[in-house]
Amino acid sequence: MNKQELRAQYEYRRRKSAEGMRLQLISFGLMAFLTIISFLAVGYGLPKSFVVPILLLLASVQALFQLYYFMHASEKGHGMVMFFMYSAMFVAFITVLCYMTIIWW
Amino acid sequence: MNLLEQKFTPETWPEHPETYTQEGKNKFIGFWLFLAGETVLFASLFATYLALKDSVPNSDHALAADIYSLELVFIMTAILLTSSLTSVYAIYHMRNYNFKQMQLWFFITVLLGLSFLALEIYEFTHYVYEYSFTFGSSAFSSAYYTLVGTHGAHVCFGLGWITALIIRNQKRGLNLYNAPKYYVASLYWHFIDLVWVFIFSVVYLMGMLG
Repeated sequence: MNKQELRAQYEYRRRKSAEGMRLQLISFGLMAFLTIISFLAVGYGLPKSFVVPILLLLASVQALFQLYYFMHASEKGHGMVMFFMYSAMFVAFITVLCYMTIIWW
Repeated sequence: MNLLEQKFTPETWPEHPETYTQEGKNKFIGFWLFLAGETVLFASLFATYLALKDSVPNSDHALAADIYSLELVFIMTAILLTSSLTSVYAIYHMRNYNFKQMQLWFFITVLLGLSFLALEIYEFTHYVYEYSFTFGSSAFSSAYYTLVGTHGAHVCFGLGWITALIIRNQKRGLNLYNAPKYYVASLYWHFIDLVWVFIFSVVYLMGMLG
């Protein structure tokens, strides 16, 4: 590759990664927003049966943002590692369900 | 010349330096497998906490809703979420082959992590002295301290790890030998924030609801 091509490719990459960083900032803004909603829902003393599902939903959405944007899982080559993570989440779900139903005291 | 020690320019630096070498690919896949294991570890601690929440021997003992403070947890959450963003910036600069900026953003991440840790230490001592809420006082307190304490230990370890990387590579600069190291350290840091999302939602916010 000659110098000019290298330079053009470099500038293209810089623009692409700047665009990626913009997406990261947007996801940070959304995560901050979801966090504030969670705290407000509890702070305003809304009924528990209404707030708990919202908290769990917002936490899950935030976790996905963290995984797919901050931890770059939306980039290529993350198929196998996300398979690990989803298997772990499945085991995690079963574990929590089991402990909460089997322990009654 | 050895690929690991080769000097690059921003133009010749690979787009994904963290997985460019076989070593980097192995670290990447191995580290994610470790994080999956960590997910299961934290799941068992969350499960224990949820099963034993507010299980106290008698009414003299403080319950979750009596001790948690919304303001403190909100500040801790804001600090940790911001530190997650600063380590994203560090990796952004790593991919652009900007060593100085990467070191700077990782340093900011460490500072934020330290302030989080300081608040957590304050929180625990406050519980112990104000409410006699110690590790051994009830099934609830043991489950609480084990879950939140394990997370705190991860923060501690992550701080030591990132600090070691910053100091150790100060003179070396960025190359394909240390790029994967920085990358997995940032994954670890994000994972700590991911676990905290569930701690503040499930432990603190749901705890405040009684």
